[in-house]
Amino acid sequence: MNEVTPTSAGAVVIGAGIVGNCLTYHLARLGVRDVVLVDKGPMPNPGGSTGHASNFIFPVDYSRMMTELTSDSTAQYKELGVFTESGGIEVARDSEREVEFRRRASTAKAWGIEVEIISPEEVRHLVPYLDSSVILSGLYFPRVGVVDSLRAGTIMRERAQALGGRVQASTEVIGIDVNPATGAVERVRTSAGEIETELVAICCGVWSPRLAEMAGSHIALTPIVHQMISVGPIPLFSGTVGEIEYPIVRDVDTNMYERQHGGDMEVGSYAHRPIIVSPDEIPSNEAASLSPPELPFTSDDFDPQLAQALELMPELLGDESVGIRYAINGLISMTPDGHPVLGELPEVKGLWSVSASWIKEGPGIARAAAEQIVGGISEVDVHEADASRFYPFQLTRQHVRARAREGFNKMYGVVHPVEQWTLEREIRLAPMFPSERELGAFCYQTAGWERPHWYASNAPLLERYGDRVMPRTAEWEARWWSPIINAEHLAMRDACGLVDLTAFVEIDVAGPGALELLQELSVAQLDVANGRVVYTSWLDGAGGFKADLTIMRLAENHFRVVTGGAHGMADKKWLLDHAAAHDGVEVWDLTSSLSTVGLWGPRARDVLASASDDDVSGEGFAFGTCREIEVNGLAVLASRISYVGELGWELYVPIEQGARLWATFLEAGRPHGLVPVGIGVYGTTGRLEKGYRAYGNELTPDYDIVEAGMTRPKVKAQEFVGKDAYLSQREAAPSATLCTLTVDDHRSSTGELRYMLGGEPVLTPDGKRIVDEKGRPAYVTSAGSAPSLGKHVLLAYLPPELAVEGGKLLVEYMSEQFPATVAIAGSRPLFDPENERVRA
Amino acid sequence: MRVLLTIEHDVDGVLDSSLRAATLARELSGSEGEVVGCLFARGPVAEPVAEPVAAALGEQGISRCFTVELPYAPVAWARSLAAIGAELGADAVVAAATDRGNEVMAHLGAITGYPMAANCFACEEGETAATGVMSLLVTRQRWAGSLVESANLAADRLLLTVATDAVQPVPSDLGRPAELVVFDPPLEEGDADIVAIESQEESGGVSLASARVVVSGGRGVGSPEGFAVLEELASLLGGAVGVSRAVTSLGWRPHSEQVGQTGTRVTPDLYMACGISGAIQHLAGCQSAKTMIAINTDGDAPIMTRADYAVIGDVGEVLPALVEAIKARS
Amino acid sequence: MEVIVCVKRVPMVGGRIVLTPDGQRIDTKLLGFTVSPHEECAVEEAVRLVEANGGAVTVLTLGPPEAEEQLRDAVALGASKCVLLETGEREFGPIATAEAIVAAVRERGGYDLLLFGNEAADTGDFQVGIRVAHMLGLPVATGIKSLEVDPGSRRAKARRQYRGAEELFELPLPAVVTVKEGINLPRYPSLPGRIRAKKAAVETSTPVWRDDGLSKRELSLPEVERRHAEVLGQGKEAVPALVSVLESIGLLT
Repeated sequence: MNEVTPTSAGAVVIGAGIVGNCLTYHLARLGVRDVVLVDKGPMPNPGGSTGHASNFIFPVDYSRMMTELTSDSTAQYKELGVFTESGGIEVARDSEREVEFRRRASTAKAWGIEVEIISPEEVRHLVPYLDSSVILSGLYFPRVGVVDSLRAGTIMRERAQALGGRVQASTEVIGIDVNPATGAVERVRTSAGEIETELVAICCGVWSPRLAEMAGSHIALTPIVHQMISVGPIPLFSGTVGEIEYPIVRDVDTNMYERQHGGDMEVGSYAHRPIIVSPDEIPSNEAASLSPPELPFTSDDFDPQLAQALELMPELLGDESVGIRYAINGLISMTPDGHPVLGELPEVKGLWSVSASWIKEGPGIARAAAEQIVGGISEVDVHEADASRFYPFQLTRQHVRARAREGFNKMYGVVHPVEQWTLEREIRLAPMFPSERELGAFCYQTAGWERPHWYASNAPLLERYGDRVMPRTAEWEARWWSPIINAEHLAMRDACGLVDLTAFVEIDVAGPGALELLQELSVAQLDVANGRVVYTSWLDGAGGFKADLTIMRLAENHFRVVTGGAHGMADKKWLLDHAAAHDGVEVWDLTSSLSTVGLWGPRARDVLASASDDDVSGEGFAFGTCREIEVNGLAVLASRISYVGELGWELYVPIEQGARLWATFLEAGRPHGLVPVGIGVYGTTGRLEKGYRAYGNELTPDYDIVEAGMTRPKVKAQEFVGKDAYLSQREAAPSATLCTLTVDDHRSSTGELRYMLGGEPVLTPDGKRIVDEKGRPAYVTSAGSAPSLGKHVLLAYLPPELAVEGGKLLVEYMSEQFPATVAIAGSRPLFDPENERVRA
Repeated sequence: MRVLLTIEHDVDGVLDSSLRAATLARELSGSEGEVVGCLFARGPVAEPVAEPVAAALGEQGISRCFTVELPYAPVAWARSLAAIGAELGADAVVAAATDRGNEVMAHLGAITGYPMAANCFACEEGETAATGVMSLLVTRQRWAGSLVESANLAADRLLLTVATDAVQPVPSDLGRPAELVVFDPPLEEGDADIVAIESQEESGGVSLASARVVVSGGRGVGSPEGFAVLEELASLLGGAVGVSRAVTSLGWRPHSEQVGQTGTRVTPDLYMACGISGAIQHLAGCQSAKTMIAINTDGDAPIMTRADYAVIGDVGEVLPALVEAIKARS
Repeated sequence: MEVIVCVKRVPMVGGRIVLTPDGQRIDTKLLGFTVSPHEECAVEEAVRLVEANGGAVTVLTLGPPEAEEQLRDAVALGASKCVLLETGEREFGPIATAEAIVAAVRERGGYDLLLFGNEAADTGDFQVGIRVAHMLGLPVATGIKSLEVDPGSRRAKARRQYRGAEELFELPLPAVVTVKEGINLPRYPSLPGRIRAKKAAVETSTPVWRDDGLSKRELSLPEVERRHAEVLGQGKEAVPALVSVLESIGLLT
């Protein structure tokens, strides 16, 4: 029951679904006073997607973040007393899926998820009504369960109220006011009055984009239909006490699930055509025939699934006395990359999105959001869900819908770790793209950029290098991969490679306060001579990695920050957030103004010299410096650094001159054996041979600089974010050390050579899971070929007692164990350990 | 305009629904016109019913009323109305939109070939066409009152039924009782074949449709046994028990007690919604209650936007206490 | 036992109906379609009669091509034949509807029972079944909540509620019966039923429209008074206040 509408609040949480309720509680728990939860619908079921959720939780194994959020959510549900363990089984109908089960069983093991591959007979033993003749095997998760999400929301809401939180039911938000001077949220206007506040969290699921638009911001999600029917009363279930007694079955090859719900069986589908709905098309509570996100069932779309469901459970579902009692086109939220949208929105200070979460991660994501809102840092690393990760084109309706359409039918699909999208390609094109296309570039898409991963034109190199390209016979590892990558790598190490790096994000920071701002953010000393290039980490307040990038000091008061495309938007927001507190600083994003190429290899100097009259000798152009040089009539900013362990430069020109620069080097490099080299080398093989860490893989908020082996000899005197934590990290003995491992024997039980792709668990020699004293499991953070060494290289954090060079361990892949050796403990490169090539 | 109005009655006199229909019939007839009643009874209309009926009709401005001695045989009733209508040269025939009213008027439409507009609550005379066909602009309920239609009814004789929950009875006292005139209908063969064989229509008692108090229970009552206290309260207040569709779907109570779009539409002075959340299909059946009290554990249930008073609490706790309190007074 | 059931496709409206801007139709963009609960019961009753006595259920509808969905829904529940009287832009009034049904039924012949819902959910005209009966010269009972058919004597007993008491009608077959919700508890479609429905054939014909004398001008929404209930209290503590309310409206003295 509503009391008088409050006129001000410490925070306004909009949306009383699972997320909003949990967020209200966690905010109140963390000391936010006067939290107000607002929903346009009545309690306890205001009529959002939580109300029609199927409420089951399978542990997640495809993303570490989602694994941790799901696991935290499960713990919260258990504490609330609303979790019922039922077990869950994914069943395979085709052999490709069986292979996928073996792969996933291993990945799941990395995260400590209990899982077992079982035979059709064992499946039938657990699920007696399933026709075991239509399946090949099952992937059994004994800890799967169902939750009462409405009850969970109610308990959370009541707990929040006990802590002083307030609940405004049946109150519609009609506006979110932003202070034009500060760009910060200042007021929420509702059907019951106005509430002054500096913090607003949008937890409105399928409606979230509409709320964000009220404040001139965007949330990249779209409502999409998930069809579900409920069939009953099923005689076998008549004696069921509670909600569920039989394991949930995911018939993944037909994109369906069957889940007991009391006396009924719910059959859900992700197999039908993607049906996308605009948030504005969702009916109001009053106009909806069921609840707003329970749209009318379109039976034509579901009909093909009926036959498949009948095939799997013929007696139970084929019973003529058992009827379809409920059928909906339920709306769920889908984002362009499948991850939630969590964080402060870049356009409006104090306006947070906690959206696109499922029941399985709702409480976890709410807790993480509350921790971030209150203290800036969440226990679970949620950077993959960062609301600021999207570029403007990714926020367009067309883009969001296209990704949702393409992603929908992959919900239960066999999705490769580097699977590429087919829709909405060629969004951002480098100026040299036409040339790259002529060279037969096979592109991956990063931040909208088409980035050549390898070039078909380099296929002749395969013959030159023969088996040194480490060919792969297993289709899974050969998918989205080519031995040409390794050939390009070897050609670069032999002579020279030319890499298109236009996808780099360049942000210039200038003005009298520029140094102070960058000092505040960076671990490394930035008060360096003009023309120096500094590689640095940015930390969060707890000393976890926030970014990993290079900064050029172009002039006394002018710096250029260079970071990767994938994390550029988040890094930029971090920079801008801190810049707001500094006077005399200007920040420009030059990404769309600059084109960059990388020129690396033992012959790089010869190539550059042949195109430039400037002094590019070892003495004339030292490593770690940058300056302007002239190349074929272009003024080029050259920066002598390397991420592939070779002599060479990153070369920056205005974007319209990028094609000329590219063509210049292709031409000038020909006599020197230069080849165009793709990101396969730049991002994987070249990097791994040198043991270079990548943000998001090795460098995450979960591990610190000491553990990553990136400690510098001295700590700079100036203050910087995370310094206190960093100092104590340096004092303590690390709980893990990042190591480079090499695989000793790639032969599987069938004799085929198998190559890990990342995410696999690293095990003790006797096959036991390795978990460090902080509870972090040992798993492969990056994997790839080291063609110069003829090895397949794995990076993994290991506890100190195992981080011993020469130590023998196992790595599990496709449910088989392969021997591996700790080649390097720490950051020493495996290839060219003295870094002679870089400094040549 | 001369309007023939079908009157329904029971042992206690003219039904409230017919009084409401009389109000609209009078409006339709206009100041120059006349409303003539027609009342059917299984036997001769005599004391003790005749007097209150005649008085009630007089209070509605009806000076004469035909009485037809017939059991409930819908075709025969319709044939009688057709005959009286013809004899009177009636411009319109009106009945309350009760089960019988709608049924008999539909038969009359079928017999005469005229259109029939059901569930009207307002009307306005339109222009008579050159052909002499009269036209009436009617406002009627659709979707059990969730939607309003304005329609044009054009016919030599206008047939309509009056939505009983959308028109308030307004007396227009003649100061004398209506004159009751026996009419002997010219029935055709077979007209009375389909007849209500067993009917307790004159038995009186509190029917749901006309109850002054309805104590209605929903899923929140908890169980079939939970309705005992609702029955007790209803009898203490001289009312009837109603239920929501959820309750009949669960098989807890008979469908005859269902209030709502596909059940009975009630017009009580007091409607007590006990453990009913208030789906629109339910509200359609009780929206014209004068006073509504909701008893519900959920203070934000939709019923709260329609109720005048609310008690937040469990039906099983509140009602027994209320019953005790009422008993203690007597 | 040959039973024809007549149903009407209507939108599955929610709590608040949304109209098109011209006030001529319900905005069905976001709505599903169904038949009225009375008609659901009519289909169920027909299926039960045929299950008990043999024969077949034909489901008939007059409506747009999309009304095929409602015919198939009935097949999923046990009907076996589908007849679609396909209308165009013009709305058929009760007389035109009855004439179209009569024409189709006459052509088919061979039926024992014609079942309708007591009234259509959308128009609430309460008359199509009765008009059909008169046109075919058949007996009719309406609002029926219990139906017993004796195929031997070819008679039906139809019961309904009148003001809290039961009324019984006896009808010779063939007859028209309009039923009300409560006559039975309709089943839900089974999965095999739905698969059968997908394959069912639909006979289609185009009936003739005529002016009924009753023509829609405009639709509008009734004004609903939204109140904010005055809370009398929590649980038992509210009883004295409740008693005062009952006194104030004159129910207790």
